[in-house]
Amino acid sequence: MTLSDYLSETFVRNALIAATLVAITAGLIGPVVIIRDLAFAVHGTAELAFTGAAAGLVAANDPVLGALLGSIVVATAIGLLGNRVRERNSAIGVILAFGLGVGVYLLSLYSGFATAATNILFGQIFGVSPGQITLLTAIAAGVLIAMVLLYRPLLFASVDPELAEARGVRTRLVGLLFVYVLALTVTEAAQVVGTLLVLSLAITPAAAASRLSARTPVVIAVSIAFALIAADGGLVLSLLRPNVKASVFISVISFAFYVLARVAAKFVLPAFSARRRASSSTLSETLVDGHATDRAPDGAAVASVATSEREDGVG
Amino acid sequence: MGDTVSSVRPTVVLRGAGLALGGRPLWQHLDLTVAPGEFVAVLGPNGSGKTSLIKVLLGLIPLSSGSVQVSGVPPRRGSSDIGYIPQQKSFDRDLPIRGIDLVRLGLDGHRWGIGLPSRRRRRRVEEAIASVGAAGFARFPIGNLSGGEQQRLRVAQALVGNPQLLLCDEPLLSLDLKHQREVVELISDQRRASAISVLFVTHEINPIMSVVDRVVYLVGTRWAVGTPAEIFTSARLSELYQTDVEVLDVGGRIVVVGAPDSPHAEAGSSHYHHALGQEAIIR
Repeated sequence: MTLSDYLSETFVRNALIAATLVAITAGLIGPVVIIRDLAFAVHGTAELAFTGAAAGLVAANDPVLGALLGSIVVATAIGLLGNRVRERNSAIGVILAFGLGVGVYLLSLYSGFATAATNILFGQIFGVSPGQITLLTAIAAGVLIAMVLLYRPLLFASVDPELAEARGVRTRLVGLLFVYVLALTVTEAAQVVGTLLVLSLAITPAAAASRLSARTPVVIAVSIAFALIAADGGLVLSLLRPNVKASVFISVISFAFYVLARVAAKFVLPAFSARRRASSSTLSETLVDGHATDRAPDGAAVASVATSEREDGVG
Repeated sequence: MGDTVSSVRPTVVLRGAGLALGGRPLWQHLDLTVAPGEFVAVLGPNGSGKTSLIKVLLGLIPLSSGSVQVSGVPPRRGSSDIGYIPQQKSFDRDLPIRGIDLVRLGLDGHRWGIGLPSRRRRRRVEEAIASVGAAGFARFPIGNLSGGEQQRLRVAQALVGNPQLLLCDEPLLSLDLKHQREVVELISDQRRASAISVLFVTHEINPIMSVVDRVVYLVGTRWAVGTPAEIFTSARLSELYQTDVEVLDVGGRIVVVGAPDSPHAEAGSSHYHHALGQEAIIR
């Protein structure tokens, strides 16, 4: 079969729709995941989607529903257990380890096809049913609406939590809501790339994009674009090479974007911005000055203040 | 300026105010009135409740006793009457946000939604950036700016909502002397231009000596309020610390010798400077 033959098949079109929906939501939340330092939470909820899926299989023979309900439980646990990064990460580690153990036990109870469960580990993009497409669309719409509503307070609370709190942002509530959005997105993405490779859509495109711009909306747009190319491109490539899973191509493409972005950020963008800096003459003095002194670690600044005090005191 | 201004409504009024945190009493029976345009420094050893005083005014923690008013009403969280500069800390290098975006968050970051472009808002942000002389670097990633530049943008962020009260919590930490002076002058110019009251928490009076109107000095449950000349005397500080403290004037700089730091002081936090200065003098 040629590629155009494949593209006229319903299961391929369903897969492309699913991949597109997942790429948009994952690419959208990625930059906030990075700002809030939640990469481990993404990994944790993704792995726990396996537990949820196993529970769904055993209870109702429906892994997706199980994974979705499970993600809500996990998000609540993560949101309530830890607020500070270190505390939160150890809490996620604890829940993750316990959850995986439960998942393996549940799987031993399941008498149906084991592939249904392993699919959730590595993705089952070509098995997406029309019913699942409806569910994925609903989730994507929900994530989109939530992110539009949360955008400003979430950004504020992520960039400068203390100030946001003082300005009246309910930082804890906003953070908890985002963890729910994240859990839904991750569970959705797990259907396509599998729980083990969710990070390749939820983190990598955003990490690449944030190397290229400091404008939050631009970073989000580029992140979504990278995720789309990786997800749909990976899908198409796997049609041409049917013995390799789509999730493999997806992770390779998004990794390539990341490497390219780092290279561009190191060699291409500095030359570009140097030209821009040089052209605006008004700031040259402050900037040069500021950078010369301030790049020194805090210790150095402290030392210099202390020394000047000493001179005054003794002299 | 100071207590003589009675025709204008004071920005801050504390009456018999007391605060206890975790069962530990901090300042008690504190009376303080801050007039518009007044620059008030808040000093004291670590753990004396300087930052907590700011949090009370922000409406983040309630008083244990007494009353507090900001612009004539009890403080409430998120009031647009207050601009706030939290303790100086630098932003992550690869934070995907520019200086101008940070300033704008100070204006509308607490609102839901994306926020449609508004010419009025944009002008307000540009004005605030221009007023702190940050126009040249406001469009660079915030994490790539120097500490002094970041702090200028924080001042712009605090001023963008046209506040009546500016609360600054150690805004000079980890800035070198040149940038300290710049930030202090900036804040002082702004309060003169717009009659903003400034409450400035610091552990070091010297960088703000030229602009400060009055000092609130907190030690344990005791406090003193007055002009720097009234507060920085050996007798007054000895009484506050309840031990022999000597205030020296060394070439125009005030040096406090023998002031014990609080036993609750966290190692390595804001008080490094005090300790080092003291040690140098004793030797």
